[in-house]
Amino acid sequence: MLSIRNLQASVGDKPILKGINLDVKAGEVHAIMGPNGSGKSTLSNVLAGRENATVTGGSVTYQGKDLLALAVEERAREGIFLAFQYPVEIPGVGNVYLLKAALNAQRKHRGLPELDAMDFLALVKDKMKLMEMNESMLYRAVNEGFSGGEKKRNEILQMVVLEPSLAILDETDSGLDIDALKVVSHGVNSLRSPDRAMILVTHYQRLLDYIKPDFVHVLSDGRIQRSGGPELALELEREGYAWVGDATNEGVVAP
Amino acid sequence: MNSVPDTLEGLISLEYRHGFETSIESDEIPKGLSEDTVRLISARKNEPEFLLEWRLEAYRRWLKMTPPTWASVHYPPIDYQDIIYYSAPKSQKDGPKSLDEVDPELLKTYEKLGIPLHERAILAGVAVDAVFDSVSVATTFKDKLAEVGIIFCSFSEAVQHHPDLIKQYLGTVVPVQDNFYAALNSAVFSDGSFVYIPPGVRCPMELSTYFRINAKNTGQFERTLIIADQGASVSYLEGCTAPMRDENQLHAAVVELVALEDAKIKYSTVQNWYPGDKEGRGGIYNFVTKRGDCRGTRSHISWTQVETGSAITWKYPSVILRGEDSVGEFYSVALTNHRQQADTGTKMIHIGRNTRSTIVSKGISAGFGQQAYRGLVRMARSATGARNHTQCDSLLLGDRCQAHTFPYIEVKNNTATVEHEASTSRIGEDQLFFCRQRGLSAEDAVSMIVNGFCKEVFKELPMEFAVEAQKLLGVSLEGSVG
Repeated sequence: MLSIRNLQASVGDKPILKGINLDVKAGEVHAIMGPNGSGKSTLSNVLAGRENATVTGGSVTYQGKDLLALAVEERAREGIFLAFQYPVEIPGVGNVYLLKAALNAQRKHRGLPELDAMDFLALVKDKMKLMEMNESMLYRAVNEGFSGGEKKRNEILQMVVLEPSLAILDETDSGLDIDALKVVSHGVNSLRSPDRAMILVTHYQRLLDYIKPDFVHVLSDGRIQRSGGPELALELEREGYAWVGDATNEGVVAP
Repeated sequence: MNSVPDTLEGLISLEYRHGFETSIESDEIPKGLSEDTVRLISARKNEPEFLLEWRLEAYRRWLKMTPPTWASVHYPPIDYQDIIYYSAPKSQKDGPKSLDEVDPELLKTYEKLGIPLHERAILAGVAVDAVFDSVSVATTFKDKLAEVGIIFCSFSEAVQHHPDLIKQYLGTVVPVQDNFYAALNSAVFSDGSFVYIPPGVRCPMELSTYFRINAKNTGQFERTLIIADQGASVSYLEGCTAPMRDENQLHAAVVELVALEDAKIKYSTVQNWYPGDKEGRGGIYNFVTKRGDCRGTRSHISWTQVETGSAITWKYPSVILRGEDSVGEFYSVALTNHRQQADTGTKMIHIGRNTRSTIVSKGISAGFGQQAYRGLVRMARSATGARNHTQCDSLLLGDRCQAHTFPYIEVKNNTATVEHEASTSRIGEDQLFFCRQRGLSAEDAVSMIVNGFCKEVFKELPMEFAVEAQKLLGVSLEGSVG
């Protein structure tokens, strides 16, 4: 589904990604872990098409297409979803309005009929139950006055409504208490399917207790230093990231 | 990549799409302004003696006045001798008897503007008094309105058929010497709309006028007068567009509203005059005096404006709250893009007891746009128990535009309450990226964010125009008309 080859990117003049290689197949869940400043968020942003990072080399192929040539909204309509680390507020724009506009923009792109208000409401109310959200949140402005946990739930609500092919979750667990983490994880897990892939970007192992990854990658200094199964995350939790850095210094690169 | 610009920068730099010019012959008088010009205009319009004298009085006062300099707008001095003060489409000289007699070129122009003049007007229930340059070319629904005693016609017609009403009310809200531009307008005004709603009558439909500046080098000086007699109510919408030109054109209108006891007037404006090009060349100077007088007890005047056009806007729709328990409202969305400048706001003059006013102002600046909110709330000594609430929000797009707020508050009665709230925010690349990541185009995203910001004002517009205004605002950010 997704194939990243020697991807390099800078923010300003500073090189952040220094040659990322990663393959994600349909049905797989990949966790990308790493210390602060390792390039995790930059990788998420580059995949979603944010302009603040400049791609300086390498390629990304998504479902056979050159992903880097697509505009942000085209990537979204092709099924790429980014759950934001810091969801923005949009005063005066109703949550329900944004969701409906987004869903219909994507459906239109895929040649599906747009949903009318009734069908849409039925769908979204169903998904809200899943996310244990109060319906009143539909009519509030997007993220305005939402608590940190509510904002994250709202991100995952958008994800379960839009049903992306490739979901990228950028530090979705940060700022969540344990109950909210369970709800958010439940939402994410409900989307797991053989034709859908996910990339979880996280600093902590905690999220992976609830969403079991198939693969774990350790990102440090702009490169994937090690890859492995879920046990790698536990190892990281025990040892911390310091040893990854040490390994780098010694020039030992993971398989 | 598609061809639609996907950055804020790209979106706000597109061009005006209503810059066509209608080629029809005009009946113009020579450039320049003198007492003779005033006499000539009055004679062309076959006006009664009292009106000529009124114009001449205004002209003489105007000669002694100077343009206001306190607004935060900048432009080279205007040469008032270089303006044509009267222009009428020639084919309209004798006036159309029905729509069939209207110049097809004109009708085409209206069609391009999307004005519902024909059956569309009937379907939409909108009565349109369309002003093309200086002469009113078509008035629909007049007969139907006349059945309930409502007078809705061009100002010139009112002068001919209802001189008593004109004599009684003209200049009683905005006196000739009120300000430089109002005095100029009083001297040379060409045409406009006149509305009279008799006692106890609720106007059964929205009344609407579309102004359009077409002929070159023509200053347009509309004069509109709306009177709602005791217990009457009316909702009036004014919409404007102008073709693209290099020269700046002066537009100095005066609108007077009079609400008697228990009367209600709702006046909504959608203004989309040509704003000039990206470098600030050309565009309309929109120097307008609009004022309502809540003369009677429990009267109510409400201004709603959506201002997206003009190179320079200088405009303060105001309400004088004279009658006890009268209510004044001002809801405004103003957008400045490229090099547009706007100094706009309102005045709420509380004189009567327990008068109330509400001000909601939303300013949006993009490109190098300059915007100032300027508002006066005055509580006179007599305004016992009066209340005002002002909310004033600015939204910035990009980092080269400016927004300023100048609230003036004068309170001479210690039982009066005045509240002022203000905020400034910015559409970030963050919000734009978020919306696009969910699948919306950049254009739709900006439009959605800006419309969200303006929601409180749009909900005050008559239903059928709220949608139009939303679209207009969205596309004005790309510089075109919806």
